Amino acid sequence: MKAARLSAIAGMAIAGLVLAGCSSGSGGSGGTDASLTSHGPITYVQGKDNSNVVRPLIDKWNAAHPKEKVTFKEQSDQADQQHDDLVQNFQAKNKNYDVVDVDVVWTAEFAAKGWLQPLEGALAIKTTDLLPATVASATYGGKLYAAPQTSDGGILYYRSDLIKTPPTTWDELMSDCAVAKTAGIDCYAGQYAKYEGLTVNVAEAINTAGGTIVAKDGKTPTLNTPEAKKGLQRLVDAYKNGDIPSAAITYQEEQGRQAFEAGKLLFLRNWPYVYSLAKTDGSSTVKDTFGIAPLPGNGNGPGASSLGGHNAAISVYSQHKATAHDFIEFLESSETQKFFATQGSLAPVIESVYTDPTLVEKLPYLPVLLKSIKSAVPRPVSPFYPAVTTAVQDNAYAAIKGDVTVDKALTDMQAAISAASAGN
Amino acid sequence: MSTATEVVTPGPPRPVRRGRTLKRNRETRVAAYLIAPTIVLLAIVIGYPIVTAIIQSFQNDPGLNATTGQFVSGGFAGLSNYAHWLLQQCMDASGNTIACPPGNLGSGFWNAAGVTFFFTVVTVALETAIGTWFAIIMNRTFRGRGLVRAAILVPWAIPTAVTAKLWYFIFSVAGIANSLFQTHILWTSDTWASRFAIIIADTWKTTPFMALLILAGLQLIPEEVYEAARVDGASRWRTFTTITLPLIKPALMVAILFRILDALRMYDLPAILTGGGGGSGNATTTLSILVIKQVRAGYNSASALSTITFIIIFIVAFIFVRVLGTNVVRTQEAQQKGTKA
Repeated sequence: MKAARLSAIAGMAIAGLVLAGCSSGSGGSGGTDASLTSHGPITYVQGKDNSNVVRPLIDKWNAAHPKEKVTFKEQSDQADQQHDDLVQNFQAKNKNYDVVDVDVVWTAEFAAKGWLQPLEGALAIKTTDLLPATVASATYGGKLYAAPQTSDGGILYYRSDLIKTPPTTWDELMSDCAVAKTAGIDCYAGQYAKYEGLTVNVAEAINTAGGTIVAKDGKTPTLNTPEAKKGLQRLVDAYKNGDIPSAAITYQEEQGRQAFEAGKLLFLRNWPYVYSLAKTDGSSTVKDTFGIAPLPGNGNGPGASSLGGHNAAISVYSQHKATAHDFIEFLESSETQKFFATQGSLAPVIESVYTDPTLVEKLPYLPVLLKSIKSAVPRPVSPFYPAVTTAVQDNAYAAIKGDVTVDKALTDMQAAISAASAGN
Repeated sequence: MSTATEVVTPGPPRPVRRGRTLKRNRETRVAAYLIAPTIVLLAIVIGYPIVTAIIQSFQNDPGLNATTGQFVSGGFAGLSNYAHWLLQQCMDASGNTIACPPGNLGSGFWNAAGVTFFFTVVTVALETAIGTWFAIIMNRTFRGRGLVRAAILVPWAIPTAVTAKLWYFIFSVAGIANSLFQTHILWTSDTWASRFAIIIADTWKTTPFMALLILAGLQLIPEEVYEAARVDGASRWRTFTTITLPLIKPALMVAILFRILDALRMYDLPAILTGGGGGSGNATTTLSILVIKQVRAGYNSASALSTITFIIIFIVAFIFVRVLGTNVVRTQEAQQKGTKA
C-alpha cells in the first residue's frame, strides 16, 4: 500500500505543478494606445461608502453621460482588504477596474508596479487649484499618477477653559503642561499604539523638526540627521516625563478621543472627525470648553501634519481611459469637492473650497484644517511603504517606551528602510 | 508486486491466494475510483497553493529598477529567502549581506517562533487541565446539567474575532479588568501583561472545545468500573489517576494534538487583541501574524516564511504522534468499539 500512497502524493504534486504552470502565463500588454482616447462605460472602485457620498455623485454623472455610465464597485471598509483586493485585480489585469480609489500611502507602490496610468498628455489634469501636499502624495518619480480626491490633516484640540491662547510651538505646548498638572489631568496625547497611526505621529514629529524619513527617490532613508533626532526625541522625552501619559502608548484615535471627551486630557492631536463628536456626544464633558488649532510647529509656522485621504487613479488596464479621465475631473470639481465635505465630512483638496462661507458654517474646523493641510507633508511616498511603516513603527515604539535610545532607534530605522529597498 | 524474492518465499496454497488477490485488486480499484474526486479536489485546494507557495519561495521579490523607478521581477533566489528568515540575513543598499536590523520583519522570526511555542505550551496545558475538570463536571448527573453544559459551551460558539474584540474592551486601560482589580496595567502594551491577556482570552475561548472532546472520552467509560473501584475502597484521587485518566487518554491525546496544531497557527486572537504588539512592539507576534505582515511587503519572501511555518507545524505533529503514540484514526476506531486503543 505504500506505493499506492506514494503515487497518490506524486499525483497531487503533479496536479499542483500543472495548475501552477497555468497561472504564470501572462497576458498581452495592458495600456494600448486606443484605450487612451476611448470613451465608454467604466467602473469606479472604492472602499465602503459609509456616508452615502459616492452613489448620488455617480447618479448625477450617469444622468449627464448616458453613453459613458459609471458603475460603482464597493469594497469592504477595511483598508488592508481594499489594498489586497486592488492588488489581486491589478495582477489579474482586470479591465473592469477603470478608476480606483487608492489611499495616499499606496499610490507610490501601485505606480512603481506599473498599474497606474500616468496623468500626462491627453490625460493630464489641472493641479494649480489643488493643495500642494495632496499633489505631492500622488506624485512618484516626478510624474503624477493619481488625482487627489479627498484629504485629511491632524489638528490640535485643546481645552479652551484652561488655555486661553493655544500653543504654536512644541516648546510652548510643553510649558503649558504645567496647567494640566494644576488641573490634575494629563497633558498631551496623539496616537502611539503600534499601528499606522504611530507612523503618522512620528512622521509629524520628524517633519515638524525639519527632518524627513526618506529622500525624494522614495527609497533612500534620511534619518541620520540632527532634525530627525530632534523630532523623535521630543516624543520620547514627553513620554518619559509624563507629559504624554503612559496610557497613551495604547491609544489609537478613539481612545484618545474618549480621554479628551472625558476631560482627562488638556491637548489632543487627532483628525477633524473628532470635532463634531466632541460637540455632540452625550458622554462628552467638554462640549463647550474646547478649541482647535493647527499642530504646534518649530517656531516657523504650524507643525507639519501628516496627510491622510485618498487619490483617484486610472488603471493601465482600463479600456476607456478618456471617460475615466473625465470622471476624475468630475471628482476634482469644486462642486463635487463641496459635496464630499458637506455629505461625508471629507476634507477637500481644493483650497478655495475651505473658505466657502456656507461650508465653514457647517464645518467650523475648516479654516484650521486648511492651515494644517497647507503645511502638511505626505507620509513617505515610497514604493516600499509597507516595509517603511513597519521600520518606523517597530523602532519608534521601542524608543518611546524607553527600551532603546533614540540614536539606536533611528540607526535601526535607517538600516531597516535600506534593507527594504534592497529587496528584503 | 512480483519480485524475485517473492518466488523464493514459500507462500500459502496458491489457489486461495489468487482468489483473494483478485478480489482485493478489484476492491482496490473501486476504492481508487471512489476516492479519485477527493484526491482531485485536494490537489486543487491544498496541493496547488502549497506547490505554488514553494515555487514562489525560491524567487526574489521584485526589486526597483534604479533608472525607471519601476518594479522589475526579482529572478531566481535560491535559498536566500529561507536564509533571510532562518539566519536573519538581509541586504544593505550596496548589496552586502548584513544581519537584519530591528524593524525589518526578518529580524522578528525567532522572536515570533518563540512566542508561538510559548503560547502553544501554556494555552494547551491550561486548556487541558481546565477542560478535563469541566468535562468531569459535565459528565456528572445533577439538576441543571443541560444548563451547565450549554453555559460551558458558549465561549466556543462565539466567533474568535468577537471574542478578541470582547477581551480588547475588557483589557483596555479604562476597561473592566483594570477597574475590577483597581490596577493600572497596560494589558495590550506591557510585555507579559499582553502575553497573558492573549493566554487568558485563548483559554477562555478554547477550553470548551477540550472539555467537549474529553467528555466524549469520559462517556465511554462504563459505570461498572467505577463501582468496582468503590467496592475496593479506592480514593477519589486514586480512581481518577488509575481509571479515568488512562481510559480517556486516547481522547485526550487527540484533543491535545488538535489544539497544538491550532495554537501553532494562532492568528486572529493576537491580531485583533494586541495587533501583535506589546513589550518592545512584538511581544505577541506569532508566526502567522508575521506571514500576513510580510505578504503585503513581499509575496515571495512570505511564501518562504509560510513554508517554514508549515514545516515546523508538520515536525511538531510528527514528533507528537511518534513519541506519544497518538493515532487519530486508530483511536477513533477504538472509541467506536468502546475499547482502549
